[in-house]
Formats: sequence, C-alpha cells, structure tokens
Amino acid sequence: MKNYTPIIGLEVHVELKTASKMFCRCSANYFGREPNTHTCPVCLGFPGALPVANAKAIEWCIMIALSLNCEINLLSKFDRKNYFYPDLPKGYQISQYDLPFGKNGSMELKNGKKIRIRRVHMEEDTAKLTHIGHPKLVSGSNVDKKMLNQVQHDNVSLIDFNRSGVPLVEIVTEPDFESASEVKEYLQKLQQIVRYLDVSNADMEKGDMRLEPNISLRPVSLRGVSPKETDEAISKRSPRSARDDSALPPYKVEVKNINSFRFVEKAIDFEIKRQANDYRYFPEPDIPPIHFTKDQISSLESQVPELPDARFSRFLREFSLTEYDSKILTREKNVANYFEEAVSIGKEHNISPKQIANWIINKKPNVNDVLPASLVKQIVSSTQVTSIDEADLEKVILQVLSENQKAVDDFKNGKENVIMFLVGQVMRQFKTKINANSVKELILKSIGD
Amino acid sequence: MIYKLTIKKAKEWLANKEFSSAELTKACLDRIKETDETLRAFVTITEAHALEDARRADELIANGDDKPLLGIPFVIKDNFSTVGVQTSASSNVLRGYVPPFDATVVAKLKEAGMVMLGKTNMDAFAHGSSTETSDFGTTKNPWNPEFLPGGSSGGTGASVAADQAIAGIGSETAGSIRQPAAWCGIVGLKPTYGRVSRYGVVAMASSTDSPGPMTKIVEDSALVLNVLAGKDPHDATSSPKPTKDYTKGLNKSIKGRKIGISAKYIEGIEKDVLKAFEEARRVFEKLGASVVDIADLGIDILDPQYSIGVYTILQRAEVSSNLARFDGIRYGNDRSAFGDEAKRRIMLGTYTLSAGYYDAFYKKALKVRTIIVNEFHKMFEEVDAFIAPTSPSPAMPLGSSKNHPMFGEMADVLVEPSSIAGLPGINVPAGFSSNKLPIGLQVMGTQFAEDTILNLAHEFEANTEWHLRKPEL
Repeated sequence: MKNYTPIIGLEVHVELKTASKMFCRCSANYFGREPNTHTCPVCLGFPGALPVANAKAIEWCIMIALSLNCEINLLSKFDRKNYFYPDLPKGYQISQYDLPFGKNGSMELKNGKKIRIRRVHMEEDTAKLTHIGHPKLVSGSNVDKKMLNQVQHDNVSLIDFNRSGVPLVEIVTEPDFESASEVKEYLQKLQQIVRYLDVSNADMEKGDMRLEPNISLRPVSLRGVSPKETDEAISKRSPRSARDDSALPPYKVEVKNINSFRFVEKAIDFEIKRQANDYRYFPEPDIPPIHFTKDQISSLESQVPELPDARFSRFLREFSLTEYDSKILTREKNVANYFEEAVSIGKEHNISPKQIANWIINKKPNVNDVLPASLVKQIVSSTQVTSIDEADLEKVILQVLSENQKAVDDFKNGKENVIMFLVGQVMRQFKTKINANSVKELILKSIGD
Repeated sequence: MIYKLTIKKAKEWLANKEFSSAELTKACLDRIKETDETLRAFVTITEAHALEDARRADELIANGDDKPLLGIPFVIKDNFSTVGVQTSASSNVLRGYVPPFDATVVAKLKEAGMVMLGKTNMDAFAHGSSTETSDFGTTKNPWNPEFLPGGSSGGTGASVAADQAIAGIGSETAGSIRQPAAWCGIVGLKPTYGRVSRYGVVAMASSTDSPGPMTKIVEDSALVLNVLAGKDPHDATSSPKPTKDYTKGLNKSIKGRKIGISAKYIEGIEKDVLKAFEEARRVFEKLGASVVDIADLGIDILDPQYSIGVYTILQRAEVSSNLARFDGIRYGNDRSAFGDEAKRRIMLGTYTLSAGYYDAFYKKALKVRTIIVNEFHKMFEEVDAFIAPTSPSPAMPLGSSKNHPMFGEMADVLVEPSSIAGLPGINVPAGFSSNKLPIGLQVMGTQFAEDTILNLAHEFEANTEWHLRKPEL
C-alpha cells in the first residue's frame, strides 16, 4: 500500500438545460416525458436530416469553460465520433476532437491544489436504452407502463429517443486527483459552478451530471511526475460507462492487497481498452467550423456571474461571516442572493449580516416563499423587547419563585439548567415578548439574594 | 407530343390555357408507360399523386396563380426524401422506407407548384456513374438502350432526355449531374456547394453533395435554380449569400469574356469528344469570347487525375460514416443488404479514417483539396469561366462498370476537381459521337458564379442545335 498512489482523472458530462436540443428544435426537457415524443428526423438520424448547432448551448459551454479558467479556441469545430450502438441513431456521435471550445483550465481545491482541466467540449447525448427481462421484474421502475403493455416478449430492449441530441458538455481533467475526497470536492464545486451559471440542473439522480473516473496507480517513487494523457488516448476511451445513468462514481479506490501484478494487469487492461476503440474521428462536414472574435468571448465572460469561490471570499470579507456561514450561504446562488438582499434591507433596521446569516442557517426559511423583507421583519420582531416596568417584572419573578420552591432548591443544589424552566414560567406571565436574558439575570439575582 | 416541351414553353402554354396541367401530366405518364419498360428510369411512379397535384395546379392556374413551376411535371432522384413516397436511394437497404418529411428541395418545388411524376433510378446511394449499382435494375440510355445513361443521376438524365418529364432533379457529389446529363444529351447544372440545401437528401459525401436541376434547355435550369437556391435554416452548410434571378442576363453578350481551357483536361480523351470540344471552342470565339490556355497565362494546375485520389479518400471516408445509420435496427433491412460498391466504400473509408492512417490519407487529401481550391481561385482571378469536355467519352456500353471499381472515378475525372472545390458547373449538349451518342461540354465558374456560367451556356446553346435533337424511342 505504501508503494502506490492512486491517480485519478475525471470525465464529467453535464447536460445543459437549453430549451431545445443540440442540433434540432425538439424540446431538450425529456425527464419523465412519454418516450419518443420529443423527436424529429434530425434526432432520430433519418437519412438526409442535418444538424444545425444550438448557439445558446455553445455559449453556455464556453461560459462553463471560462468559469474553469480555460483558454477558448477562437476557431473551433465539431467532429464525428464513429461507433455502433443502438442508442446512437446516426452511427456516430457529433462531438469535438482536436479543437474543443475550452482547454487548459484549472480548478483550485481548498487544500490549495490545482486540478488541471484538459478540455471542455460540446457534444450530443444519446438515446436512452432500457433493457427488460421479464416485465414483472421492472414493475415500479420508470419504464412507461403503456409501452410495457405493448411489449410482447419477455426479453426486449426499449429505445427512448427523447434524450437523443440533448446538449452535453464534457469536462475532462488531467489525472491530478490523489484521493476520493479531492474528487468529491471537485465534483461538488463543479456542480455549484454550473448551477451558478444557471446552465444545468446538474442533478445527478436525473442524469444531468454523470461521471467517469479513470483510475490507475503509480509507484510513489514517480511522484512529482505529472502524467499527461494525449487527446488521442482520451478520445479512445469507451463512452459506455459515462452513459450508464444509474452508475454511481466509485469514489473509493480499492487500495488493499495491491501488488505489482495487479498494477501490471491494470496497465494492460487500460492499454487494451485504449487500443480496441478507434472512433475514426473526422471533421463533421455538416457543420461549418465556428469562429469567434475576442470581443464575443469577452462578452460571454461578462455574462459569467460571480462564482461560488469568489462569493465565499467576499462574504467572509464584506460581512465578517465565519467560513462555516459563508460556505452554507454560498452553496446555492439563490440562497446567496437572498442573503445579500436581506442584508441590504436589514441595514435599514439595524439588523446585522450575522443575525441574518444565523436566521437563514438555523430557521431555513423557504427562500422561494418568504420575501427577504418579510424575513427581516421576522428578525426585527423577534429581537424587539417590550420594555416592562422592572418593578412589575420583579413582582412576577418573586411570585414564580415562591410557587416553584422545588425548582429553586434544585438550582441551588447544582441543577443549573432548571433556570431555563423558571425563565419560561416568568415569560408566560407576559403577553408580549420580553428579553429572556434580562429575565434570567433578574432571576439569578433574586435567587442569589 | 406536349411532353416534349421545356418548362419555359409549357408554362406559356399552361398560362394561355392551350392545355391543362392534368393533360400535360397525363401525357407524361403515358410517355412513361410507353418508354419505361425499355428505359427503367423509375424506381417509383407516383401516378395518383401526380394527377392529384395536376388537378390542384389547374385550380390555381384558373385563379390566376403564377407560381414559378405551377403544373410542371418533374421527376425526382430517389435520394431526395419525399413525404409519403418511398425513398430508397436505389438501395435494398432502404427498400420500403417512406420518409415522414420532404427534402427542402422537394418542399420548395412543391411550394412552387411542381407536379411530381415519380422517383428516378440512380446508383445505389449514389455510388457510381452508371446506375449499374442500383438494386432496382440498370437504367438505359434513351439514345441507345445498349448503353449506359451515366450516373449517379442516370434515372433523371434518361427520363428528361426521353421526354418522360418536363424537367428533373439530380444531385451531384462529383459528376452525378453533369456526367449523366452529358451522356443523355441534356442540360445539367451543379450549383456551388451550399447554394442549394442538402436537407433531406440521403447523404453520400456531405462535403460535396449538391442538388441541382437537369433540364432540356439552359433557361429551364435557371428557372429551377431560382426556386431552389438560398439559405436553408435546416442546412448549416447552405450559404446565406443573396440569390439572384438567374433567368436575367442569360442573353447577355459574351463578347470580351475570357474563357480558360487547359491541355490537362483534354489529354487522353476520345477523338469524337475532342472534336466536339474544339468545335465548341470555336463557337465561343465566334461569339466574341477569348478562349485562352491558362498555361499561357502562367497558371499551372494539377492534373485532374490527382483529384481522383483526393476525392476517393474524402468521399469514401464520409460514406463510411454516413452509411453507419443503416445499422439494421430501424430500416427493416440489415447491413448485408448493402451492395458490393457500398461495402467497398465503407471498408475503404473506414480504413482511411483509422488511427495511424488518418494522417497519411484523410489529412493529406484535405491538404491537396486546399491546393486545388487555391488553384481554381487563382485561375478565376484571370478568367471568367473554364470550359472542358464533361466526360472523356460518350456513354459506355451496358456492363462497363462491372468489375471496374474505379469506373465512376475515371468517367468523372474532368468534373471531380471542380466538385471537390465546391464550384458550379453546367453541362450543355455539344455534339454527337460517330455512334450517335451525345457529347457534353461543361462550363465551370468560380463560387456562386452560376449567373456567369448560365449566361455562357445559354449563349452556346442559342448558337448551336445539339439540344434540339431528340432520341428515337
């Protein structure tokens, strides 16, 4: 175990939430829809049908690339990746090979380590296959019931083309991860970023975000050598594992019982897999190359909102929040926006950002239902202390203490938490809200006396 | 005999109520019945549709509608998707496939009022220059049924030459319009790549496929191009460049026009073809154009034979990918239904795209293509057009392509350079061989210079009588 360290590279597919598909005008929103209702000659791959690229999807892909600190290729193009599979109606996938929209980016992890992003490219999703054994075995799954009834045989595979041609952005890292926790942090950050950009729901359960880790081991003595795969090697990997929607990422790298034979085997397997797949990439002749001007790219750059990392640092700085608070508040863009809006309203009512942060984190208001202004109002009223004549208060306290002699004795005998019971009893005597702390102090004073 | 009319004449006569579209359509259908047992130009005859289209056209004509092709009977090559009508591309793989959508070209023709008589035969998946690779039988040349009509648009070529239709539609990847037009003795216009939408045309080589008209006279091609040309939102490679009225300027004097020729385009061609070409050259000179050997202008071009290599590699590569969708899952027939030619092309294309060979073949071919494009570019800075024989020989006998996998490439050697450069070219009838087969002349121009080549072809036609001869059937 001491002799090897895992090296992990990730390929993540993010499905964009554009209104229409990548190369046709069908709706891209397929989740839960009746199978094969969002289809046309283009996404069914009919003879003669031609792809026309979705400009919005390309812009979003570039925004993702920019958010990952990538260089943008001003000249880019689509390529055909040729292979046979029943979910691929054209017999090739339109993807990008040597000129991806983004390249050479990076993402910094909290330990300061930079994960290098090799490329960010655009492609199309495939249709969805459902393999059915006996229909009884799949009852309860999300296979369309009507469709199931039409199935006459016990062993069939169903194809739903609603997903065929949905825009997919593939983000490929260098093999820079050395632990499962690094992978996890990277994925969470990536998910946050695309959600901040508002270009994908990145819901892993729905298959909006899918991953394919490439794990291998290297002897520790090679540490410091930073392996860089060639585009060719990456392009030859099997696409299969990336499309199994249900497959969860094996975050854990099995490091027990590793010996050199195992390492050799892995290396050989990888090499076999690499050489067995030849996708015969060539430039997609149906789509002309895509040229951007620097101005177009800067205009897209200006549309990239403040990203989670930057916002996190700003919250620390600007609102004097703790790292814990800032992290929770910046996890989702709408919560962070909500917080900032509440802060600016709260300023007028002398409510501090910290108070608002506490309220949001502890009470978890539904940010879609409760307006920031109402939230501030709630905080204001909760902190408003009705001033009560101190003499009245003392009178009530003395009465409560006399009625609860046992509690008073318990307190004196060391049961300190009994005090809160007494505070509650006092506060019940008042219809308006009063400051619990001052009640507590007065009780302590009375008992002490 | 009204089936012999051109679009131009038929339009006039329809407008003057000399006859109805129904009568004209019926005449064509009768002509088809009379001749197609011999010619085999059709894969599908859509008689009922045609009569219905004609009836509707007559109603519109009665209401004074003047759509550009209203009531004109057309034939369409079988690789154009036609909603509700089998589109087989003459391959067993697609036998029985009925598309749910129209190719843009078909949609535009319908919008313009065309009557569709049927779908014409072709080399299967347009792989060939003879129609002998069709899975629906070989089409015969109307001038002599012992000879080939050329291809791949051989069905449309033969059909229009035999007056089964007033006009037709073909598609050219490298020669598939011009070569059958030459062998059948009609006009065939291959527009600039991107001038006419490819949407719905069963793809052969996506980077060169160009649909275009095949007609009896040059003016008809201009009329049809007016309907077809333009940006199509469904085809990203279609050009946004504004179109023109291509019928205007056909009669313009060509005096002072500079026309290029090259010895490299007449090396090794048949004697009769050379003779016809020399005569054609004199016609242009008589009309006041100057015909110059581009070598005398200091312009060197690659021998057209190099384009065969380039074309073969690029086209086979694209074919291997374009035919992948016929994977046996959805079109009823599995991949064993591919003919030998398709299989050969799939294997060659797959090979040239394979890892380790891509650089040696595909990439190199792309580089040579760029050289050829640049050569033409330079040439057209010096000359207005370039003329050459369309095919090195007149039609060849039936069976010529069998056992000659490179038959098509050899027959198309003179059109392939301009095809891989995406340039427009037009074939006009320019003579006959000693065995009474038509010979064609091609006029090529720079990108989007359809108006220039139509003008030159029209003036040539107006001063020759080759287009007036009709085959005896």
